[in-house]
Amino acid sequence: MRADLRIVNAAQRVEGPLLFLKRSVDVGLNEALHVIGPDGIKRLGRVATLDEESLIVEVLENTAGLGVADTVVSMLGEPVCFNVGPNMLGRVFDSVGQPLDGDTPIPAMRRMRIDGMTINPARRALPRDFIETGVTAIDLMNSLVRGQKLPLFSGGGLPHDRLATAIAQRARLRDSDSGEFAVVFVGIGVSHDVAEGFRAAMESSGALGHTTMFLNRADESSSQRLLTPRYALTAAEYLAFVEGRHVLVIMTDMTNYCEALREVSASHGEIPGRKGFPGYMYSDLASLFERAGCLHGYDGTLTQLPILTLPGDDIGHPIPDLTGYITEGQIVLDRDLDRRAVYPPINVLPSLSRLMDYGTGEGFTDADHPALASQLFAAYANARRVRVLASVMGQEGLSDNDRDYLAFGDAFEERLISQAMARTLEESMAAGWQILGLLAESELTRLSNEQIIRYVRPEKARA
Amino acid sequence: MTEATVSWLSGPVLRAHTTGRFHVSDAILVGDNRLLGEVIRVETGGIVAQVYEDTTGLRPGDHVTSSSEPLSIRLRPGLLGNIFDGLLRPLAAMPGDTVQPGMRETVPVSLRYRPVAKQGDHMHPGQLIGEFGSGVVAGKHLVPPGVGGEIVSIAGEGDYEDDQVLCVLRADNGIETQLDGGHDWPIRRPRPVARRMRPREPLVTGQRIMDTLFPVARGGRAALPGGFGTGKTILQESLAKWCDADVIVYVGCGERGNEMAEVLNEFPTLEDPRSGKPLLDRTVIIANTSNMPVAAREASIYTGITVAEYFRDQGLHVALMADSTTRWAEALREISGRLGELPGEQGFPAYLSSRLAEFYERAAHVETLQGDEGSVTIIGAVSPPAGDFSEPVTSQTKRYVRCFWALDRDRAQARFFPAIHPLNSYSEDVAALARWWQARGNPDWMDHRRQILTLLEQRARLERMARIVGKDALPPRQQLTLLSADLVNEALLRQSAFSSVDRYCSPERQTALMQVILRFVDRAAQALEHDVDLERIAAMPVLRRLQRASEEVPEEKVAQFRLLMARLDEEFDQLERRESHAR
Ligand SMILES: Nc1ncnc2c1ncn2[C@@H]1O[C@H](COP(=O)(O)OP(=O)(O)O)[C@@H](O)[C@H]1O
Ligand SMILES: [Mg+2]
Repeated sequence: MRADLRIVNAAQRVEGPLLFLKRSVDVGLNEALHVIGPDGIKRLGRVATLDEESLIVEVLENTAGLGVADTVVSMLGEPVCFNVGPNMLGRVFDSVGQPLDGDTPIPAMRRMRIDGMTINPARRALPRDFIETGVTAIDLMNSLVRGQKLPLFSGGGLPHDRLATAIAQRARLRDSDSGEFAVVFVGIGVSHDVAEGFRAAMESSGALGHTTMFLNRADESSSQRLLTPRYALTAAEYLAFVEGRHVLVIMTDMTNYCEALREVSASHGEIPGRKGFPGYMYSDLASLFERAGCLHGYDGTLTQLPILTLPGDDIGHPIPDLTGYITEGQIVLDRDLDRRAVYPPINVLPSLSRLMDYGTGEGFTDADHPALASQLFAAYANARRVRVLASVMGQEGLSDNDRDYLAFGDAFEERLISQAMARTLEESMAAGWQILGLLAESELTRLSNEQIIRYVRPEKARA
Repeated sequence: MTEATVSWLSGPVLRAHTTGRFHVSDAILVGDNRLLGEVIRVETGGIVAQVYEDTTGLRPGDHVTSSSEPLSIRLRPGLLGNIFDGLLRPLAAMPGDTVQPGMRETVPVSLRYRPVAKQGDHMHPGQLIGEFGSGVVAGKHLVPPGVGGEIVSIAGEGDYEDDQVLCVLRADNGIETQLDGGHDWPIRRPRPVARRMRPREPLVTGQRIMDTLFPVARGGRAALPGGFGTGKTILQESLAKWCDADVIVYVGCGERGNEMAEVLNEFPTLEDPRSGKPLLDRTVIIANTSNMPVAAREASIYTGITVAEYFRDQGLHVALMADSTTRWAEALREISGRLGELPGEQGFPAYLSSRLAEFYERAAHVETLQGDEGSVTIIGAVSPPAGDFSEPVTSQTKRYVRCFWALDRDRAQARFFPAIHPLNSYSEDVAALARWWQARGNPDWMDHRRQILTLLEQRARLERMARIVGKDALPPRQQLTLLSADLVNEALLRQSAFSSVDRYCSPERQTALMQVILRFVDRAAQALEHDVDLERIAAMPVLRRLQRASEEVPEEKVAQFRLLMARLDEEFDQLERRESHAR
């Protein structure tokens, strides 16, 4: 870090989040600075545009109270960084990495750029280690692996927080060496209750000591909201790749993040894209989500579980749409299932885990796991089709085979997806084989004869 | 060397003062780290340029230098088996775990060289001078396009580095050119060929729904549009693995880093069925992942196609996969926006269409300058927002491709892969390829294809009808159509990329499978005519055998299809006999 360069009397104009300055010191593009108003508050900013005489600073925190005559700027001589170090677990930070828990600042062992560095794709190791979450719709149907980025697509009033908390608690238990595990919870514009609920749950399961929280309050400025996941992911990278832990990052609610991005873009006078979101939202989200992964030569991994509430329950909205194009699948919560008291209300059909094929099957989970999942998907998709048919013309027009499918569809939701308690993968698989027994053998085209005899019709084998 | 001084900076765009001569599209190097960029506008006394890398830390006063050459890449042996960034800088050789901005010296490749031409020979552009090594560094040493003359000197057989001079040519005007093992080529300029040829053989993909229903010709161009999770990437990877090209150029354009890791992890372990060598050895990977600089994303597509043409010019058949062209178009949009250009439909610049046309136009089956045959086939993934094919990139792309493999969300959600929708897809290369199938043992290919498509079309119609009147109300003939179409879907069109048996299907196995399925369709229709109950037909044991045949009859046992056919006939004979006895 270079010496703190102070510039006094340089400010010429404040316009929205932008501060226009005379250039009186040598600064580089993107470098960080503190903007200090008469109130004495240090606001983080960065150099956005620069020419020989002037520079434009993007103030990343609230500009209220800033003037021209009495604003002092101090240059930090490097991009925005976060001081990270040991003992970050168990701590709570604000949007810009300052302790919120009243405890002492953490010892700065490293200064890391909050924007992260682009991982060289040639250094990535393929994520393949299955994480057992205890949730059948995930473990059996859309498996999560270490280093994956798998969002929850949800909606207002749906139990995404409960599900994410359960995953955070349970995924820790699965690991034989839980000491290496860490959870980073990132509350982005969420209410106090959500953060507190998560904290209490982690505390009750004894995992609070492995949890770091970053909280951005709903009333903070939009540009600050954009910083929160960056500080949090920097901490997560430190925990994963310096301390060697398996880190699970839960980010909620990414919809708030995207809305902040839209607002900041508009305040910069940029041309809006779909639904007013900026054209670079894809790249911006990618700069967060691509920070998940596994690296050759490192023990730690970084897994992301972002949560987003779909505006208007519309999966085609730019926020879920762009997210789905970047992440390695999605777990979709369904209002209809929720209404019918199916918990967790996961609709497996639009859900997907792109890394499932690499982390399941022989040598990873169970040799028959992929075929079973594939058969369940095919059958459930057909059951939903038949259901639509039946709703139009009643059950009378249906063939026997179609009626089997109706029964299967109900069993799938009520006996397989719905669960009162966490299940092991073996328990999930057993439940899956069992409900396939409701269908005629000729329908089970994705299973081999051996699989049918062994698991679906074991009575036949004995006979 | 022309020079300039940075005067203004914003994101990846800069302005610089200069008295030197700059031209639009000249490559530039900026600042102490020598960040690569390109001139996009020239004004009196200054230039506007875009930088392809993270511009953090740049400041007014930084130096800009240029050799007044358009943005070029160095084409040389040793590209195969490697991964590069969007500007062809090696990623595997980069120190550290993250992508470092800035140009570095490239490490020369050691090569075995064997001259073919000799001193005094008169050489034309594209003519063979010598040959390089073996394996991944094998290649032809050709006179680069635009160069020619008499050989003044030529290296003897031996080991060289690729940047050593191997041959000196003297043109008619007396000017001498030194040729080393590689040469620079501007990425936005198509490489010349002797002539373009008409498509006449397929790029065999090993994917049934493509080869059998919607084939792409060598030198053809195909688009693979689909919403997220419909299977674009897995299909591109499957094609890269199993299609019968000599060289694969895989461009990961604005997509996931882990997908590059997938290719790097898997390809070395898979064997090219044709050469017996690891699949990676025929592959060049160009990666500009979604978190890499956007400006280089725009260039990565051109880098990819230029590399593809380089191999084509050596008389090779090349397939280029671009995943995804939408990210490229978006990069174009972002840069255009920064330049303050007038936006067209959905913010894309008005020249989107012509840029797409230029890109796809570089696919061709050609006679090379040397007189060999070579081809570049382009397969571009398209990622339409919300899966809506009417958006600009999909609809403009559709104008320039000959194959359209439309991915369908419903199929993907039922995990029916490949999720190519048979009724929304098409290929304009079908007629040109019928002869090839004839020569490969299926004279009825056109006819079979038509039968299958007709069945699927009827199915869609009947399905709509069944929704109103109920499936049971359909007459048996129509119910049989549904049964047959389901069989075609399940047994022929479904093919899992993750099945070690079925991920690749040779033309012979495709033909055998198609023949036995269509035989079932025929015989079932006949049986129905002879008053056999539909239920009886649906309950035939052979039906399940057919449904699972693609999974259970591997390549090396294609002959088993004959047994299956015999079994099928036997079961039908029995059914019909029983029926006539009953009467
Ligand atoms: N040909 C295929 N065979 C088997 N599974 C496939 C196939 N294509 C896609 N899939 C499944 O669908 C998922 C999404 O496919 P992907 O190619 O990543 O989609 P896209 O690139 O269109 O977003 C994959 O992770 C895989 O599970
Ligand atoms: Mg993809």
